[in-house]
Order: sequence, then structure tokens, then C-alpha cells
Amino acid sequence: MRDKTAALAGTSDPATLIGRIIVYFVLIVAAVFFLIPFFVMIMTSIKSMNDIRTGYLISLPREITIEAWVKAWDSACTGINCEGMKNYFWNSVRMVIPSVIISTLIGAVNGYIFSKWRFKGSETFFSFLLLGCFIPFQVILLPMSQTLGLIGLGQSIYGLIFVHIVYGLPFTTLFFRNYYVTIPDEIIKAAKIDGAGFFRIFRKVILPVSLPIFVVAIIWQTTQIWNDFLFGVAFSGSDSQPITVALNNLVNTSTGVKEYNVDMAAAIIAGLPTLFVYIVAGKYFLRGLVAGAVKG
Amino acid sequence: MDKSVNENTKSTLLKTGFFNRLETLLPKAVLFPTFAIAAIFIYGFIGWTTWISFTDSRLLPKYELAGFIQYITLFTKEPRWWVAVGNLFIFSILFISICIVIGLLLAIFLDQRIRGESFFRTIYLYPMALSFIVTGAAWRWILNPNLGLERLVQQLGFSEFTFRWLVDSHMAIYTIVIAAVWQSSGFVLALFLAGLRGIDPAIIKAAQVDGASLPRIYWRIIIPSLRPVFLSAVIILMHISIKSFDLVMVLTRGGPGYSTDMPATFMYAFSFNRGRLGFGAASAVIMFLAVMAIIIPYLYSELRGTRNER
Repeated sequence: MRDKTAALAGTSDPATLIGRIIVYFVLIVAAVFFLIPFFVMIMTSIKSMNDIRTGYLISLPREITIEAWVKAWDSACTGINCEGMKNYFWNSVRMVIPSVIISTLIGAVNGYIFSKWRFKGSETFFSFLLLGCFIPFQVILLPMSQTLGLIGLGQSIYGLIFVHIVYGLPFTTLFFRNYYVTIPDEIIKAAKIDGAGFFRIFRKVILPVSLPIFVVAIIWQTTQIWNDFLFGVAFSGSDSQPITVALNNLVNTSTGVKEYNVDMAAAIIAGLPTLFVYIVAGKYFLRGLVAGAVKG
Repeated sequence: MDKSVNENTKSTLLKTGFFNRLETLLPKAVLFPTFAIAAIFIYGFIGWTTWISFTDSRLLPKYELAGFIQYITLFTKEPRWWVAVGNLFIFSILFISICIVIGLLLAIFLDQRIRGESFFRTIYLYPMALSFIVTGAAWRWILNPNLGLERLVQQLGFSEFTFRWLVDSHMAIYTIVIAAVWQSSGFVLALFLAGLRGIDPAIIKAAQVDGASLPRIYWRIIIPSLRPVFLSAVIILMHISIKSFDLVMVLTRGGPGYSTDMPATFMYAFSFNRGRLGFGAASAVIMFLAVMAIIIPYLYSELRGTRNER
């Protein structure tokens, strides 16, 4: 790999130098393009409305104030409720944790079976399950909202948890199956001959080497479920809305004076958890992204 | 797999044989809940929606079949549907081509032994971690017709400058493209970068020995060899396009009027706000068929490809 890049960029004639300047210039301009919206968000969120009206979009605040943050968290109005983002933030937390844990655990066992306990028809079933990664969820919205109402989970966080587990399973199963396929079958055979059974092999042989794929699956599920909007808006009630739905209501509220600083503070609050995950575990985030999108 | 175990233990206790039988049943039993879930909540629900689309359901679902009326209305009597489909085409063509150009260009540049490569990569990819709702909220503010970009450029001295795409029914769809490109092009970059890293450097060296210039090598050798990556990127981005819902809702709510409607928002509006379930279901079925028409051939070729490799 280094060989190739050395071959491409190793010489030092003037043309190459100019080329490298252009390359760095483009990369930096692109970085600015990607960073500016977030920069604007942060700056706007710590300005007063007066400062926003009189200053520049990209200028630093004349006076830093956390008023907008306090309001966004505690008292901003989304529709008729004026309790800020805090309840919706915790709704999202309460929704994400159980659905991530359950869908990941079931996915791990499923992946283990699809890779190490294949039976007649299991491959076919696996490919049929995969379709679940691709369907546009519009095609299940109406039956799901009927069903949730029928089983008493309509408009509740439990309903959302249920939906996220169901439609997360194809992804988690895929992740674990593709990872476990790389574990040699001989190890499993040896364990069987030693008298280990289905669950014992899973616990003693498979689980100890599963940490990386658990990280990938947990990160993927966490970001997917935290960032979900469609299920949230279709299946939640007014007191069980996840934060994405509340944020959308906030920025689309047209009553009263529009407070852009509060909007931006709320948007950052909604984005921080997944951003944090990305920054501390970017490598795993990308791996899930590529596996979930390409292979799925 | 199980046979070898059976043969090993055949001579031992009968009890072991019983446990072995149990062992072969156990995986199926454990997998059964997932099987039931997939059968009901994926396939059953697709069937259910399809059924509703063939009925005259309004506020509540009805189950007497009424033929193709919903589809006929959709395709012949509902101008809003064609606006949504047209928008989907405009959006996906621009979104896919811009993402690929930016992604490929940045990937090639990043592949030139760049100092701080991982730093740049982190920056290009962070929008992907954000919800489309957060992205949309940010761009809604930046593109704000009064206090956003327009005023910034005016303040910089161009007092005649106007930029009101967000409230212009002809231009609003392009604001969705801007925000979507900002969010997703880093991901395309990551795909291309992985592809570039997989190219054998010997090929490039050989071309250089032959006296080919660097841009020529990229144009004639490297980029053509990335064809599978192009295919994956296009498929993934198409898939994102057809499903795009969040960004439209937060940026324009499908407006002004219904000028930025897309099939996903169309389906939602008719099913949940206007109480025309049968009609909404018909549009959902069309979306589903469109996605399947793209994904199934792709998956088929992918699966066949990996099998051939083995």
C-alpha cells in the first residue's frame, strides 16, 4: 500500500509540488464545508436572539449565553407542550437501551445458528430474513399501527421498542452471521466431540471471541434507533415521542417568535449522543455502516 | 455435521442419542421466534398492505376487495403523486451524482499519502452519525431566507443577492439535495477509499514505467477498476433516495404547497393525515416494488459473486 502511494507521490519536481498543494487545498476546503454547519449550529446556540438578528451568520457571539440551551432542555415549546427536550431525550434513552440489548442478543444467537448449526432450509430462511434490511418501512406502517393498537402497545414507548427490535433483527442477525462464518467449523466440531452442547459452545467458544462484532452491532443499532424518525412519528403518542420527533416539532413550530438559538441548541442535544458514539468508536461505526449497507 | 457426532456416540448410551436429537431440534426451536417475526412482520405485513391497497379503505381499513381503483387514481387522477415521483427523480439523480463526484474526488485525494488523513476522514464522515432531523434543522437555519445565507452574503456587500430556495416552490427540492449531500457524501468517500486501498500497486507502477501520467492512470486504470464500488454506491444511494422522508419533513414539510413531496412523504400524508388508507397503501406498494426492482438483481449478483470467489 505504501509502495503505491510512494510511487504516486514520491517524486519532488515542481509539477508534483503544485499537485500536492491543490490536493491539500481541496481537502481543506471540503473539511470547511463539512464543518461549517456544525460550527454555525454551535455559534447560533450560544448567541442571544438580538445578537442573531444583528450579527453575521458565521460570526462569533458578542456575548456567550447558555440561555438557549437551558430553554431548549427545559422549557421550549413543541406544539402544546412547553417542557423542552428533556422528557423526549429520556424517552429516546428508554427506547434505545432495551431495543438495542434485545435485538443484539437475539441477533447473536441467530447468527450463531445460521453459521454453525445450519439445517436444511436455514440458508433460504436467512436470505428471506435479509429482505427485512431493505424494505421501505412505508410498506409495513399501516399494518403495524393496526397491530400495535390491537395488542395495546399503540402510542407507547413499549410499542416503539417492539418495532425497533423486530426491524433491527435482520441487521443484527446479518452482522453476527457474517462474523461467525469466519470462525473455523473445526473448533465447533471439537467442542461437540467433547460433549459440549448448543448453549455451552455458544458461551464457552463463541462469546469469548465476539467482542468486536458486539461493538459493531450495538453501535449500529444505537445510532439507527436513536436517529429514527419514521417509526417515532408514526407510532408514538404525545408523551412517548422520541427526541427526533420533538426536534422536528420544535423547528416546525410556527407560533410565536422563532428562536433559532433554541432550535440549534435542541438540534445539538439531539445529535450529541450519536456524535459521541462516532467520536469514541468511529472505526466500529464505519464497519457497521459498510457491512449494514453494502452486504445487507 | 451432526452425523459425525452421532456416529461417535452411537455405541454409547441411548440417552446420549436422545440428547443429540434434542440438540438438532434446539437450533430450530431457538430460531423459531425470529422465523415467526419475519413471517408475520415482514412478509405478512407486506401482504396486508398489498391487500389494503386493493380495497376502498379510507379512515379505517376495509377488507372487501375493490380492484385496482387506488392504483388507477394514483397514476391517472392524482397530480400530487407525479410531483412526488418527479421530485424523487430530480433528487436521486442530483444526490447520487454529486455524492459520487465528491466522494470519489476526496477519496482519490485522501489516498495520496496525506498528512492527517484520519483527521480529514473523521471530519468528512461525522454528518453520517447525525439524524437527518438534526441535519435538516441545521440546514433549515443556514438556508433561512431572512437571517441565513442570504443575509450573510448581503452583509458581505452583495446587497442584491437573494437566496430563498427554501420558500421557492421551484427551488426547494434543491435544498433537500444540499442537505442530503452534506450528510451522505462522506460515506461514499469511505466506500471509494476502501476500494482504492484494495487496488494492487503493481498495476500502477507498471503504467508509470510505461510513461503514463498520473491523471491518465487514474482515468484509464484506477477509476474503471472501481466499478463494483460505483455499483454499490449507486444502489445504496438509490435506496436512501426512495426512502427519504425525514429530511423532507424537517426542511420543507413537503412544501411550499406540495412542491417537495416525495413518495415517502406522500404515503405518510395520505395514510396518516388525510385518512385515505387504501390510497396510501397503494403508494407504499409502489415504493416497495421500486426498491425490490433495484435490490433483488443487485443481491443476486452479489451472492453469486461471493459464491464464485469461494
